[in-house]
Amino acid sequence: MALEELYRDVILDHYRNPRHRQPLEAPDRRAEGVNPLCGDEVTVELKMDGDRVVDVAVHGQGCSISQSSGSMMSEAIKGKTRAEIEAIAAKFHSMMTAEDETAAGLDPSRPGAVLGDLEALQGVRRYPVRIKCAALPWTTLEEALGPAG
Amino acid sequence: MPLLDTTAIRADFPVFEDRGLHFLDSAASSQKPRQVIEAMADFAAHGYANVNRGAYRLSVSATERYEAVRDKVAAFLGAGSSDEIVFVRGATTGINLLAHGWGSLRLRPDDRIVVTEMEHHANLVPWQMLARRTGARLEFIPLGEDHRLDLSGLDRLIDEDTKIVAVTGMSNVLGTIPPLDVILAAAREVGAFSIVDGAQLVPHQPVDVSTLGADALVFSAHKMCGPTGIGVLWARPERLEELEPIEYGGDMISTVTRYTATWAPIPQRFEAGTPPIIEAIGLGAAIDYVEKIGRQAIADHDTELTRYALDALGDVPELRIHGPVDTESRGGVISFTMADIHPHDLATILDQHGVAVRAGHHCAKPLLEILEVPATARASFYLYNTTEDIDALVEALRDAGEIFGVI
Repeated sequence: MALEELYRDVILDHYRNPRHRQPLEAPDRRAEGVNPLCGDEVTVELKMDGDRVVDVAVHGQGCSISQSSGSMMSEAIKGKTRAEIEAIAAKFHSMMTAEDETAAGLDPSRPGAVLGDLEALQGVRRYPVRIKCAALPWTTLEEALGPAG
Repeated sequence: MPLLDTTAIRADFPVFEDRGLHFLDSAASSQKPRQVIEAMADFAAHGYANVNRGAYRLSVSATERYEAVRDKVAAFLGAGSSDEIVFVRGATTGINLLAHGWGSLRLRPDDRIVVTEMEHHANLVPWQMLARRTGARLEFIPLGEDHRLDLSGLDRLIDEDTKIVAVTGMSNVLGTIPPLDVILAAAREVGAFSIVDGAQLVPHQPVDVSTLGADALVFSAHKMCGPTGIGVLWARPERLEELEPIEYGGDMISTVTRYTATWAPIPQRFEAGTPPIIEAIGLGAAIDYVEKIGRQAIADHDTELTRYALDALGDVPELRIHGPVDTESRGGVISFTMADIHPHDLATILDQHGVAVRAGHHCAKPLLEILEVPATARASFYLYNTTEDIDALVEALRDAGEIFGVI
């Protein structure tokens, strides 16, 4: 995968115009994640209704991969239940670690059909040191959600 | 000023058999020439035994070769005697030894420790912790607008309350070389223990401790074509007399009874345990290598590359250099950012062009706060770098600018 594809328009769009960046007034759940190696920072705030995420904020500072991943994640999880979010997170995780698109559970003939904009991040798996950047918002989300039950 | 014969030099470094590699991260650690690699391998294969124990010939000759490196380091630094040379793990360990073995015993509440605003964490955190242990105050020689030190308040900072002055010989972020003579003279006048962090300076410039005016100097072998795991603390004999060992065990004692021990002479009392013997042989070979090329020639080469790079980078749109933009009192370290492209994104794109740079906070977070950037990318030069390396950097930066749509 070429760099142009890694930094394809979707990633740059989310980096420059991050979604759900405005901090929530009274979040029910909140977690801060930091990658001490490179200094990337992400804060995840959640407004819950039962086990459903009814509102979300993701903000921080860092590279285009960590910040766009957080922005895309916010779109993917808003309105979803914990179970639905866990399913998305699992798909995202397998996309980042799989050998290729098919192994990742994606449909090469229909880009975006499975994980939406998040699929733009699949090129990152070619750059092992950057996978941690893409994963940071997700591990922070996991911490914000806390253990199930 | 002619540049070094980089074709011959690069042939000495096996890593450059990869023709596509533009290694611009020597400020983090330098590459190793064949001469160093082979000296270590040969010693490990045919000359190795533990030192200071030997009733047998192999140990005697290993000890002689180990101690011969101490003599070589002393000559390299212009030290009065080999007894002024302490082998340590690296510059960081040397500074921690001084902070614990001298500072902890001698500092009192309200004494002052002075560093600069452009220190590496290695010459900052040990002093923070010393201040916390003793109640001493840590104060900073500030950075001026021009990315050089502002010495206007030096009289106030360095007075009779000042017990330690620890200053970098060259900033690993800005490349700035501070006016050591002025700072060290001020320290000397009030009797403060003056320490130069030579991690960046010693591999790149001639340094002679007989004229430097410092009480102590530390550096690491791995930034000077040598191996990891060994560095040097040089200190004046009277300062070494004041220094207490902080590691105890074998090799550093004179006599041991069931409940007491006395120390070996200086410098062995500071080298507890089996030392990095193979690494010392590597350090000796690294000194030979650097001396063969010549430290002034290396410094001039760095300067020419820096001049070329400052010129070339100055033409890249949206690129901002964090550091002096001329070659006056400056080494071959250039930090930069480009528009809103995060330095890690820059480094990834540069890597695709074979250009290896560091991206991040460079172990100098307080300095980056002053610069008001969370991170920078950094290119640094050494004796094997060429103008082609810099051309590759510039081309890769233009590519990054295009990918991110900022140029």
